[in-house]
Amino acid sequence: MSDVNEKVSDEVIVSLLNVEKWYGSNNVVKNMSMKIKRGEFLTLLGPSGCGKTTTLRMISGFEEPSAGVIKIENESVEMKEPYQRDVNTVFQSYALFPNMTVFDNIAYGLKVKKVPKDEIKTRVEEMLELVQLKGFEKRRIDQMSGGQKQRVAIARALINAPKVLLLDEPLGALDLKLRKQMQLELKRLQKKLNITFVYVTHDQEEALTMSDRIAVMNGGIIEQLDSPKNIYEHPKTKFVATFIGESNIFEAAVNEVKEDCAVVGMECGRGSILPDDVSLGDNIYVSVRPEDMRFDTESVEGFNIKAVVKEFIYIGNITKMVATLSNGDEIKFTRLHTGKLPQVGDVINVYWSLKDGIPIPTETAAELQALKNVKIG
Amino acid sequence: MSRKVKKKFANTIFNLYGILVYAFLYIPVIVMVAFSFNDSVNNTVWKGFTTEWYGKLMRDGEIWEVLGTTVLIAVFSTVVAVVLGTVGAVGMSRVKFPGKKIISTLLYVPIIIPEIVLAVATLLVIKKAGMGLGMLAMTLGNVTLILPYVFITVKSRLAGMDTSIEEASLDLGANRLYTFLHVTLPNIMPGVVSGGFMAFTLAFGDLVIVSFLANATSVTLPMKVYSQLKRGIRPEINALSTVILICFLVIIGSYKLAGIILEASRKKKLEEEIEREKEKDSKPGMA
Amino acid sequence: MKIIANADYVKRKKKSRLSQVFMCAPLTVWVVALILLPLLYLLFMSFMTKGPMGTVKYIFSVESYIRILEPEYFNVVKKSVFIAAISTLACVLVGYPMAYFIASKKKISGTLMLMMMLPFWTCALVTIYSFVIMFSNSGLVNTFLMKLGIIHEPISLLYNNFSVAVGMVYELLPFAVMPMYSSIEKMDKSLIEASKDLGAGPVRTFLQVTLPLTKPGIFAAVILTFIPCIGYYMITDMLGGGTTMLIGNVIYNQFTSARDWPFGAALSCILAAVILILMYVYTKFGGDLDDLGA
Repeated sequence: MSDVNEKVSDEVIVSLLNVEKWYGSNNVVKNMSMKIKRGEFLTLLGPSGCGKTTTLRMISGFEEPSAGVIKIENESVEMKEPYQRDVNTVFQSYALFPNMTVFDNIAYGLKVKKVPKDEIKTRVEEMLELVQLKGFEKRRIDQMSGGQKQRVAIARALINAPKVLLLDEPLGALDLKLRKQMQLELKRLQKKLNITFVYVTHDQEEALTMSDRIAVMNGGIIEQLDSPKNIYEHPKTKFVATFIGESNIFEAAVNEVKEDCAVVGMECGRGSILPDDVSLGDNIYVSVRPEDMRFDTESVEGFNIKAVVKEFIYIGNITKMVATLSNGDEIKFTRLHTGKLPQVGDVINVYWSLKDGIPIPTETAAELQALKNVKIG
Repeated sequence: MSRKVKKKFANTIFNLYGILVYAFLYIPVIVMVAFSFNDSVNNTVWKGFTTEWYGKLMRDGEIWEVLGTTVLIAVFSTVVAVVLGTVGAVGMSRVKFPGKKIISTLLYVPIIIPEIVLAVATLLVIKKAGMGLGMLAMTLGNVTLILPYVFITVKSRLAGMDTSIEEASLDLGANRLYTFLHVTLPNIMPGVVSGGFMAFTLAFGDLVIVSFLANATSVTLPMKVYSQLKRGIRPEINALSTVILICFLVIIGSYKLAGIILEASRKKKLEEEIEREKEKDSKPGMA
Repeated sequence: MKIIANADYVKRKKKSRLSQVFMCAPLTVWVVALILLPLLYLLFMSFMTKGPMGTVKYIFSVESYIRILEPEYFNVVKKSVFIAAISTLACVLVGYPMAYFIASKKKISGTLMLMMMLPFWTCALVTIYSFVIMFSNSGLVNTFLMKLGIIHEPISLLYNNFSVAVGMVYELLPFAVMPMYSSIEKMDKSLIEASKDLGAGPVRTFLQVTLPLTKPGIFAAVILTFIPCIGYYMITDMLGGGTTMLIGNVIYNQFTSARDWPFGAALSCILAAVILILMYVYTKFGGDLDDLGA
């Protein structure tokens, strides 16, 4: 997770206000509002079909919003053509011009603007140096490797000194090792040039590594827009809790609020969380990360959750344990205390530190009703 | 027989078959060339070698005029069809409008209906419109005939092109015209060239359409040849056909050769560059 | 705020479409004016009445269509279909192995395909006329066969169905090979390997894998040869010697010597109708129109 980027200012460079996108009767982006700050690295993260690429393409101008306002530096742009906007895009497929050399690809934006030839030459050379491709200017695109093409695409966009650089899953086609390397390099470039990056990806690890802020998207809406640390440690919705990393989710009702803890009743038993964000009678989800799950042979104060150990899964240096709760749900543990590992079939008492049980509001009345029915039955 | 021998035998048969079919296609062409050197006006039996017909051909003003008409119509039709077909294929692939499906289906009609039906229909409409027959009418008819070939080849080339490169161009500040000229067109050029070549070949050899739409003064080469058939084709026509064949071969040959040379020089340049880089790397203290 | 944005959106959409409309317009106009309109007018004309001296009376009648059923013309239709069918069959039978041969020579298949077009790079009628030279009684073929002692007197090769079919095949073979070649080339070769791997012999593999997979190409080849065959009156003229009349010749006569436009139009319409039905079947069986222009 990246540390706080001190270069990010509070000045808003791109803002979306009540933006909607419909394809026929299909509502891809729903009433979205978002402010992007100058100099930040913002990632739109979500599963495929969540509307993240559509949002990016509305900022770049390839898609027209069905309703709403998009402003770049306080100027409405939704009526402007892509070539009239001061933003540039790095495409998923690189989209390099196959009929041109590396030099001509990078110089394209400047040639369009009729920049003098000498200046083009020096600026292209600077760019090549920046992306570490010196000496490649005469190469044709089909003579470049995937990683090199990616650098050319970045250089071609950056040479125009855009106000915002939009990146649409730019590392999707690269292999794992190269992707890791390019992640670091992109972050380095962004810090060095202090340009606002809006980055689209479905890879949560990539998002957590590079971003100043992450907008987690699902079904056309932003579920949570926050720093990577907050997104991971304090997910606001069930979707965020399960999409970013793994989570054990318990449906619960707040039965008792004390000064130092709140007692929650669940189908599988009773647990405790911090009392800060809940009040008596709330129906909530409690989310606990697998690495925060604890177990003991004896019961722990404030908890009464029993589970049967089902299996152990070895993933390299981590051992995962799966246990079955009384209602049949499975829960996962990753940080196991070595030494006193239970056997498959043993009964364990499950608990967690109060601060690790994160309360999340339930989304719909239907789910609420379902929970109530369970409690009665 | 072992499997290897069997396979080799089958291969030989297969190659022999290929050669046979090419022979079937080429023997009439060879006969045509041979009889352009035949020392007889009667174009059926071999009498001896002469170059007389080429001399006669050179002095025959009428034949050159006919050839001129043919080439003019074919070139003009090809240019119109290439521009119309290319721009249209690009436009149709980008826009949706009511009736687009009908228009693009109708474009296949000249390929799928017999040429004579197209010729008759065009004749009727041109007459109805009060337009005179002749070169202009012949060109209109020819363009309609060859337009689908350009459209289809460009369309399939476009389908293979990554449309995000056009978006990239717009993104980098180029307007739609600049993008079309500098990005779209260079990338579909092979399709435009091969479609255009096919179109020219068809327009040049067309007899049916032009003979329905011609007037007394606009005679093309196929029409001229057709009119001579009853009495037997004169050897000058054989000579002319030979000259045309050579022209086509030279044009295609040089186009192919230029492509090969270009590719080879590119390869050589790249190899040299890689060689230079290797040298650089091997020098200590350079990195 | 939202309403204003929507109004702007509508305005903008119209503006950005202008350049694209500009690109589609010329082609659309051409298609309507020179393909759609002529065909509709042709249909209209076929229901008119023939006037004296090659004029047309604009009175509705189905007379022309009834005339087609007269034995004189109906036989021509039958004969046209027969010759076209024979020529098409020959084109496909000769062309399929040829397409396979070209596709198997991967490195030079582009050049081989181009070489098939060579007879078109000259005056095509003159090359077809070469058959007259070769097939005549004192021509190349007869002389050759007599020298070999296979025959003792010249056999008549010219001015019959055989010579017409040979001419048709000669003219149309490249158009049959092209779509079959492209479908063979597109075929996933691993399927053949899979079939052989599963123990199927070459014949079985061909019949059960290769042939079904290349069916669209074969169908396209049939259409691309059958249709022109019906209309190519000049080949019948040259190699049929006036004894063989096809629909194409009859239509041609209606617009030249006979000057009966409605009848010519009716014949053309029937021809077009048959073809369009064929095309409908072709696309219904999964054929792609694009394969026809390869």
